[in-house]
Amino acid sequence: LSVVTCPDSWEEHAFMFGFCLQQEKLLEGYVGFANLPNQVYRKSVKRGFEFTLMVVGESGLGKSTLINSLFLTDLYSPEYPGPSHRIKKTVQVEQSKVLVKEGGVQLLLTIVDTPGFGDAVDNSNCWQPVIDHIDSKFEDYLNSESRVNRRQMPDNRVHCCLYFIAPSGHGLKPLDIEFMKRLHEKVNIIPLIAKADTMTPEECQQFKKQIMREITEHKIQIYEFPETNDEEENKMVKKIKDRLPLAVVGSNTIIVVNEKRVRGRQYPWGVAEVENGEHCDFTILRNMLIRTHMQDLKDVTNNVHYENYRSRKLAAVTYNGVDNNKNKGPMTKSPLAQMEEERREHVTKMEKMEMEMEQVFEMKVKEKIQKLKDSELELQRRHEQMKKNLEAQHKELEEKRRQLEDEKHNWEAQQRVLEQQKLDKIFTK
Amino acid sequence: RSAPEQGLGHSGSGSTLLGYIGIDTIIEQMRKKTMKAGFDFNIMIVGHSGLGKSTLVNTLFKSQVSRWSSGWGGEHKIPKTVEIKAVSHVIEEGGVKMKLTVIDTPGFGDQINNENCWDPISKYINEQYEKFLKEEVNIARKKRIPDTRVHCCLYFISPTGHSLRQLDIEFMKHLSRVVNIIPVIAKSDTMTPDEKNEFKHRVRKELETHGIEYYPQNEFDDDMEDKNENDKIREAMPFAVVGSDKEFQVNGKRVLGRKTAWGVVEVENPNHCEFALLRDFLIRSHLQDLKEVTHNIHYETYRARRLNDNGELSFQNTSYVSLSSAHRPKPPTLTSQLHLGLTFDPAI
Repeated sequence: LSVVTCPDSWEEHAFMFGFCLQQEKLLEGYVGFANLPNQVYRKSVKRGFEFTLMVVGESGLGKSTLINSLFLTDLYSPEYPGPSHRIKKTVQVEQSKVLVKEGGVQLLLTIVDTPGFGDAVDNSNCWQPVIDHIDSKFEDYLNSESRVNRRQMPDNRVHCCLYFIAPSGHGLKPLDIEFMKRLHEKVNIIPLIAKADTMTPEECQQFKKQIMREITEHKIQIYEFPETNDEEENKMVKKIKDRLPLAVVGSNTIIVVNEKRVRGRQYPWGVAEVENGEHCDFTILRNMLIRTHMQDLKDVTNNVHYENYRSRKLAAVTYNGVDNNKNKGPMTKSPLAQMEEERREHVTKMEKMEMEMEQVFEMKVKEKIQKLKDSELELQRRHEQMKKNLEAQHKELEEKRRQLEDEKHNWEAQQRVLEQQKLDKIFTK
Repeated sequence: RSAPEQGLGHSGSGSTLLGYIGIDTIIEQMRKKTMKAGFDFNIMIVGHSGLGKSTLVNTLFKSQVSRWSSGWGGEHKIPKTVEIKAVSHVIEEGGVKMKLTVIDTPGFGDQINNENCWDPISKYINEQYEKFLKEEVNIARKKRIPDTRVHCCLYFISPTGHSLRQLDIEFMKHLSRVVNIIPVIAKSDTMTPDEKNEFKHRVRKELETHGIEYYPQNEFDDDMEDKNENDKIREAMPFAVVGSDKEFQVNGKRVLGRKTAWGVVEVENPNHCEFALLRDFLIRSHLQDLKEVTHNIHYETYRARRLNDNGELSFQNTSYVSLSSAHRPKPPTLTSQLHLGLTFDPAI
């Protein structure tokens, strides 16, 4: 007899299916659906996971180093240097894919980098390429979701955006505020304080407080860690929340400290260790990003950001058949009704076009007939004229012939006269 | 005629003196006069917010001379346009009084669109030159013209570790011909020694590529000695500095520094940062030179340009001298102005 105590989430699921679970049902034997998570696990492992991470920040804030540190690979290496080493004139959006394997689990990691962000003298609208990129990924997913054959649906949506704040010690810059205001409803933003070894612990505390104050003041919604019912996890989550935004240091060089090999940065006055919780919040970031909340980031992207995008996009297509995605139309009609109206409109438009075309056709036909008639008349006239000419010539010819005949007669007469004379002469001799 | 007297000959070559005359006491006389009169020094600090400018100036002059102190008194709102705020203090050391004016430029480089954010700064500098010119050209002019001209501009470079930002290059290009610019790498405790050297090397190369002459400028070296000294300094620039006004105990000594979880960054330790070099350079060896270059070269350039542009300088409410081209047949050349400058003793 095994009594299965189902966790609260199962209760919710069960309730959705119309079951009323006031008390757990005792099972009489081992059924085996406790194996379900293992099946899910096996399937997912076989399929592999995808995760897209976007890093945004001015150049020189240590973004590439941090990515290398996070995933312990050389995504940016001396042979393929990170975007900071290449000079960019305008903001670009670049993607790099890397496949990492650990313990039989595959992760297809896509890093989206934004070199050139905030580097120009005039940085107005430098967030536009970023927004366009995120929207285009959403659109791709929307299209692939609407297709008939949906077996292959690669998920290239941006799951998380790490925003790097320069460690000025004062507060957020206008550029930071503008960027986050525009992107907090499209992607999960996790603000980070870059190069945190610039600041002493007190300065760091002040800075974090100042930033959080400004974030709430401007109503920016950064990624919220979900509350769970587990006490342990809640404590951890609260610990993370207290240390937001996370102050990180990245490094790929290994230094020996007290006979331990650690990753860190060697200064003349000491070594700043990357994985030491008292030096910086790198370990918290890594644990949160990879070990505990990766799936949640994907879920929030799918359930919140993507759905927002989708409803906005579909509602903007109004019955005019005109794509009003550029101006936000009223989101009152349901998509089906809109499609029906659109179809009707389309049909009437077609009919109108048909009529117009017929009219045009008739007009053209008339014209052609008219033209033909005209040319016929013309032809006839010419025919008549030629006949006249011909007759005139004929008459002339007749005239000439008569003349000729006359002459002939005359000549013959003369000849006869001459002959008569000749005869006469002979007779008189 | 008797043999020419030895001693004060007119040959121009050094002559040996027969006895002690006392010419060298002129240095002492000048010193006394200077101490009585005191002198002015105006330093401008430029850089976007959060680079530790105010802290550094406080550390340089070992007193709270800058507007924002490192305490968190109030919220520092970033102004919407570049403002120019000048604060003056009189500090005294060893009987010598110095009127130090620190000109801060909050709002520089902080906006989203930073086009022409150097214009207010350029305008301010030229205004100070104009003020001085007006005073100089007066018929009844003061014995000591108050000198508000900017003698030195400390430009703070952000320690990205990669290269100069576009804004840095633009600013320095526009202003290196108008004022002495000393580029400084701020918050250099961000970088390890290797990164620091590489960054400095790269920055120097970029400045060279863009033709930006920072102080001490190559063309103004007077003689070989100066040139050698200045060459050494130029090689070490831009200085990578750290500022702090808090003291900590290190090895039993009290030092100025920053305490982090992994050690204390000592501000005056040459292995940690180059603050000591900057301070010696700026205050202990080249302070007077900065003022002279400002007066003899930058100010004269401005003056020549102004007098060439309008033949006449007209002023309101003061009796004026008409310097129309009729009175001055040929345009003043820079060298002639230099000579003039050398004889005319400005407020030291």
